[in-house]
Amino acid sequence: MNQWKNFTKGFIKENPVFVLVLGMCPTLGVTSSAINGLGMGLATTFVLVMANIVISMVKSFIPEKVRIPSFIVIIAAFVTVVQLMMQAYLPSLYKSLGLFIPLIVVNCIVLGRAEAFASKNNIISSAIDGLSIGLGFSFALVLLGGIREILGSGKIFDITLYSENYVSLIFVLAPGAFIVLGYLIAFINQIRKS
Amino acid sequence: MSYIIIIIGAILVNNIVLMQFLGICPFLGVSKKISTAIGMGGAVAFVLVLATIVTYLIQNYILNAFGLGYLQTIVFILIIAALVQMVEIILKKVSPPMYQALGIFLPLITTNCAILGVALLTIQKEFNLVEGVVFAISNAIGFALALIIFAGIREHVDMQNVPKGLKGTPIALIAAGILAMAFMGFSGLV
Repeated sequence: MNQWKNFTKGFIKENPVFVLVLGMCPTLGVTSSAINGLGMGLATTFVLVMANIVISMVKSFIPEKVRIPSFIVIIAAFVTVVQLMMQAYLPSLYKSLGLFIPLIVVNCIVLGRAEAFASKNNIISSAIDGLSIGLGFSFALVLLGGIREILGSGKIFDITLYSENYVSLIFVLAPGAFIVLGYLIAFINQIRKS
Repeated sequence: MSYIIIIIGAILVNNIVLMQFLGICPFLGVSKKISTAIGMGGAVAFVLVLATIVTYLIQNYILNAFGLGYLQTIVFILIIAALVQMVEIILKKVSPPMYQALGIFLPLITTNCAILGVALLTIQKEFNLVEGVVFAISNAIGFALALIIFAGIREHVDMQNVPKGLKGTPIALIAAGILAMAFMGFSGLV
């Protein structure tokens, strides 16, 4: 397969958030700022790449019937690795992402890629696929987090853009997540059509 | 008194779907009709309460007792997956009509983050077993409530003349946003 195409598909064509509408819980839950979105996106990317590599290595040993539970255990192992590393080296980010780090286990994107791609392809293609989908996911999270942060608190990556007197707080609260993502998906749909 | 705070807090103020963003996939996926929403709500409620009790016992009497706290994520997800399988088998045997109603939703529940999320939250908030059960039941009610209200809204939205670009997922998300705004009215209640 053309590896460059394999790498670029995650950004727009098969973007897990905007096109496939998967992994909605962390997408909506952690994107109150761009930096949180970036942290979550990179954590998920790490799990995706590592799980894809391991699954494509062991795919021939796993019996068909217990395939899904085996995938989940592999994914859960890497999530635990991320969890412990973050707790040790990035405690403040770990605190603001909170519950959503262990919940990477049940992120449908990770299991979806394991089932749809890594269990059928070789190691290198699977690693690139994981990287592509992971970075596409990070891109979506940073975009959503950035828009919400600019509209809701007048900042981006903690750089103040305009006075807090003009912000509309609703965008960093729960309803803002749904509404901004709704309009973003509509916008991306239009771009993809034309 | 503290039980009432847990109940109102979990159902209305910190609604699991609309405020904490857990279980969004079924919230968007199976909310096209009220009848399927009720089925999904029932199945989730059942597994959620059962999973919270089992994970609570495992955490306190096995993981904590033997200093295996770092295995929490792996152990919990395996327990939930096994529980869902078990519930499916038992329901099939004991109550075929209920299996008919809930059966198709059960496999989807393993990867529903609401289940794992509530199990982890119960541990994080250091509830005792009774408080944990009350918390789980309230969250299950909160989930079902949000799902059923949203299904009702979507049945109406589908009949409206929505601008072409917003059809489908976008308009559903915007409707969910407005519903979340309504739920924000409850903040400050506890």
